[in-house]
Amino acid sequence: MEHIITPKVEHVKLLNKYPEKKSALGTLYLTATHLIYVEQTNNSRAETWVLHHHIMSVEKLPLTAPGCPLLIRCKTFQLLHLLFQKERDCQDVYQSLLHLSQPVKEDELYAFLYTPHQNQEDRRQGWEFISVANDFSRMGLSNEYWEISPLNKNYEICSTYPSILGLPKNASVAVVTGSAKFRSRGRLPVLSYYHKDTKAAICRCSQPLSGLTSRCVEDEQMLQAISQANPNCPFIYVVDTRPKLNAMANRAAGKGYENEDNYSNIRFQFQGIENIHVMRNSLQKLLEVCSMKSPSMSDYLTGLENSGWMRHIKSVMDAGVFLAKAVSEERASVLVHCSDGWDRTAQVCSLACILLDPYYRTIKGLMVLIEKEWISFGHKFSHRCGHLDSDPKEVSPVFTQFLECVWQLSEQFPCVFEFNERYLIEIHNQVYACQYGNFIGNCQKERLDMRLHEKTFSLWPHLLKNQHLYRNPLYRRSLESTVLRPSTLPLHFKFWCGMYNHYDGGMHPKQSVLDQLLSLTQKQVEGERTMTELQRQLAVADGVLPDPSGLISTPTKQDSPCEKTPTAPVVQSNGSCAPLINGDAEEAVPGAEKCNEEEGAES
Amino acid sequence: MELSEHIKTANVEDVTLRRPFHPALRGTLCVTSHHLLFSDGKDEASWQLLILLKNIDAIEKSVEILFGYPRAVGSSGTITIKCKDLLVLQLEIPGMEECLNIASSIEALSSLESVTEMYPFFYRPSHLTLSGPWGLSSMEQYYKQTERLWDRWRISTVNSDYSVCLSYPSAVIVPREVDDDMLIRSARFRQGGRFPVLSYCHHRNGMVIMRSSQPLTGANKKSCKEDELLLRAVIDGSKLGYIIDLRSAQQAQQARMTGGGFESKSCYSDWKRFHRHHERDGHSVLVHGSEGTDNTLLVSSLAQLILDPASRTVTGFLCLLEREWIQAGHPFQQRCAHSAYSHARLKQECPSFLLLLDCVWQVWRQFPLALEFSEALLLRLAQEVYASNYGTFLCNSEQERCAAGVKENTHCLFQSLLRPDIEEQYLNPLYEPTDLVIWPSVHPQSLQLWTGLFLRWTEYAQNMEEAREEVWSIVKEHREQAGPDRTNNMLSTHCDTLTPFENLMDELTIL
Repeated sequence: MEHIITPKVEHVKLLNKYPEKKSALGTLYLTATHLIYVEQTNNSRAETWVLHHHIMSVEKLPLTAPGCPLLIRCKTFQLLHLLFQKERDCQDVYQSLLHLSQPVKEDELYAFLYTPHQNQEDRRQGWEFISVANDFSRMGLSNEYWEISPLNKNYEICSTYPSILGLPKNASVAVVTGSAKFRSRGRLPVLSYYHKDTKAAICRCSQPLSGLTSRCVEDEQMLQAISQANPNCPFIYVVDTRPKLNAMANRAAGKGYENEDNYSNIRFQFQGIENIHVMRNSLQKLLEVCSMKSPSMSDYLTGLENSGWMRHIKSVMDAGVFLAKAVSEERASVLVHCSDGWDRTAQVCSLACILLDPYYRTIKGLMVLIEKEWISFGHKFSHRCGHLDSDPKEVSPVFTQFLECVWQLSEQFPCVFEFNERYLIEIHNQVYACQYGNFIGNCQKERLDMRLHEKTFSLWPHLLKNQHLYRNPLYRRSLESTVLRPSTLPLHFKFWCGMYNHYDGGMHPKQSVLDQLLSLTQKQVEGERTMTELQRQLAVADGVLPDPSGLISTPTKQDSPCEKTPTAPVVQSNGSCAPLINGDAEEAVPGAEKCNEEEGAES
Repeated sequence: MELSEHIKTANVEDVTLRRPFHPALRGTLCVTSHHLLFSDGKDEASWQLLILLKNIDAIEKSVEILFGYPRAVGSSGTITIKCKDLLVLQLEIPGMEECLNIASSIEALSSLESVTEMYPFFYRPSHLTLSGPWGLSSMEQYYKQTERLWDRWRISTVNSDYSVCLSYPSAVIVPREVDDDMLIRSARFRQGGRFPVLSYCHHRNGMVIMRSSQPLTGANKKSCKEDELLLRAVIDGSKLGYIIDLRSAQQAQQARMTGGGFESKSCYSDWKRFHRHHERDGHSVLVHGSEGTDNTLLVSSLAQLILDPASRTVTGFLCLLEREWIQAGHPFQQRCAHSAYSHARLKQECPSFLLLLDCVWQVWRQFPLALEFSEALLLRLAQEVYASNYGTFLCNSEQERCAAGVKENTHCLFQSLLRPDIEEQYLNPLYEPTDLVIWPSVHPQSLQLWTGLFLRWTEYAQNMEEAREEVWSIVKEHREQAGPDRTNNMLSTHCDTLTPFENLMDELTIL
């Protein structure tokens, strides 16, 4: 709180993007966690809430005649253009926000202040709700080829890996530790996903310390062990997700990539995904395009092309598709790495999991996947998201790109995901919000040291509680057994307006098919619920069920008269289908980002 | 020359057909006067592909000559057929001569120019009779239905013999106080005789959209009293009208060099001219480009879709197309002679109508509940406009259709689309009628590739079809649950606010 110089400023204007729209005066509040802008006109009150952690940058623009402008850019791609009457106020708010948006110490993060109505037991259960170990069991591990090993329980073999590792059964401890020493930051080859049907596995690691000539027998044996763990294919693919040039440059620094001559039965592949710095710059260019005031079609298309963003998304998708094909069609195991094995490797492995396994296309499955491939395998969320005031060169939208790839898939396959676009956007917002502890820290060990499970809450139960908002009404369980084979032709990639122009309501469809279908199916769900409740009451009246407050059990035989008439008059839906739903994702986002820039649709 | 004389080889066996995302098929290929038929067997269960030759936009042939002799055994050829509906097929035909014969037949028969030789004149399905109604509505009927017009507007039959304007229908709606002589003079002052006529009258405020072609002011700034009076009568005492010139200011200036031009300020003091969009509300507008047969129609019909709830039903939309495109004289035959694949770049060819359908699709994407029809209707129209069993899109004007006897000798597409059993597939399951104006966003981010059209032959189309089926099943299930009370849902009331013409041009700038 000591950073807040002025908690309230009046007569502030929130400028909107469309010059023809008049912007009204309002009041700006700074709280410990949020910036709140309240626009009060005669008959309406509009509030815009922005979490301090969501603020990416604050910029004071040159003084203009109408006032003193302040530009706030958010990590959620929201853009606030404020106009102050007094220079002094502007300066104060600017100073305060600089501090508030860039906390220095971890315990200043929102998650350490945030206390939902949960007791210790709820908190503990919340953290145990998603378990990587359970996911290994789901895959059928341990089995005759793979074991789930506690070898890294003290994080001694690899400090940025999780405590349990999936390892080939016939890899000895010496091979495992030897291989770890030959890999950048000790990130040795371990199991990411085991595909039951083909017995092929996806493994991940960091680059080998091969330099120009070095080799390591244990590492070679490790790859051999991975290969032998798959009886269906005599070779494994080794996929280096980097562009070849980058990988070669690393050799000079004593790192590099596998020499095919030293490893038996490997097939080596580059995938050409650019590094975090290229991705960071690309996003910056993309956001410049998104914030253009009234671009012509060619301004927009040229800008989109020059940003390179879609090209990068395609390269990630291409690599994911390569993995999924190798596993499902060639029945070959794949070992994936980049440089450190926590950015591109995480993107590609998790994408391949989604393509291969329908479980990860469910609401809970995606949580598991993120927990497994990203959080537990040490994707450096704190650094990549810039939670704290730290090296800006470490910030990169790697996770955002993963979410976008999932979205691109959901556009190509509208019926195979249990969740809708809002789920992805909500996860994205939460990653940056630091309201829950999941995305704080850079690896499991760090989180343990911070005692996050005692001091903060887990996001996943909160999302599950609201899962009705994130449902995809078109989800067809019957399609779930299929491996997805997306097209990666450029024309199948779309610009994700719902993410990068999320706060420009005027750009979005004015009516939402999703809302409409959700409300239709919600009524069905409610109808069924009413039905069950009625049956229960009937049963009680008949004296079949003794306890009125008892749990609803499966209908007993005595209920059957009701079952025969499923269209009983009780299930009425009374014309609540809104005539024009000005729907976009706004409602689904907690934190009340209620600033609608509805570009005056129907007046 | 009889059509059949173009056919040198009518049947070839052992032809291999390749289509995108389907396994190759072997079967018999057959060329008739109007169709290409491929069949993979002789029994009734065989799979057949029937393509209207008119649908073929371009064909490429490559022959392999083995042993150096064209007639040698084993020579074969491949024909690649690119259709106007964007389908691309490959046919491997054994025998070089057969291949070349088939190719030349297709080339000749797919580019017939005589209207009466085209397939609609031969299409005689058993379930349709030629004596049925042709078309949905006439200008007279439209006038009768639109009470708002009766006071100030009249039907003029000055063009009943098409002598005033060759491309206009026989009846047009004009201001009551303007007599036919004035119309004739105004027509002489407008390119192609397309004098200003009423396109749409707003059902709430009575403001109108007029359309015309450019005035023939020429280099020495000619003027025409009657044309000015006609436009003054449109405004009828209200302050101002807007002329929306769809060309750039520079293009309009240049048009004067070739005898065209624009309305000068001094002669049309009640009208304000714009070349780009501008804030405006509650005023009548006159829209034109140069000829008034393409972009003009595009803009006037799109504006009606946005403003008028009646044009968003299946019937209303087809009526709109009939009035604003077919009767208004969009030269379909010239514009749709070829499509994107053709190497023959004809000067008169232009996908104006496809552009309209794309714009309508963009509106539908942004207001997915507001249109009664579905994307399937737009796709069907995109197909029919290039190659059709029906006579609806034949010829370039009503006068030509009259002369060729289209109404007497072909079936009407729109009538057939409205048959109850057929119509359902073109309905939008989520339709909820609204009286509100539906302003679409024209931000570049808001406009998307029409994947339903441009990716219709890829695997993607299958996924979209699944999604569509799923939407239908959700809606049907819901309707069953709601039971007889469903109608209550449909009758949700909407506020009847007066909606000015505000922002109209914002929408028009898509074009």
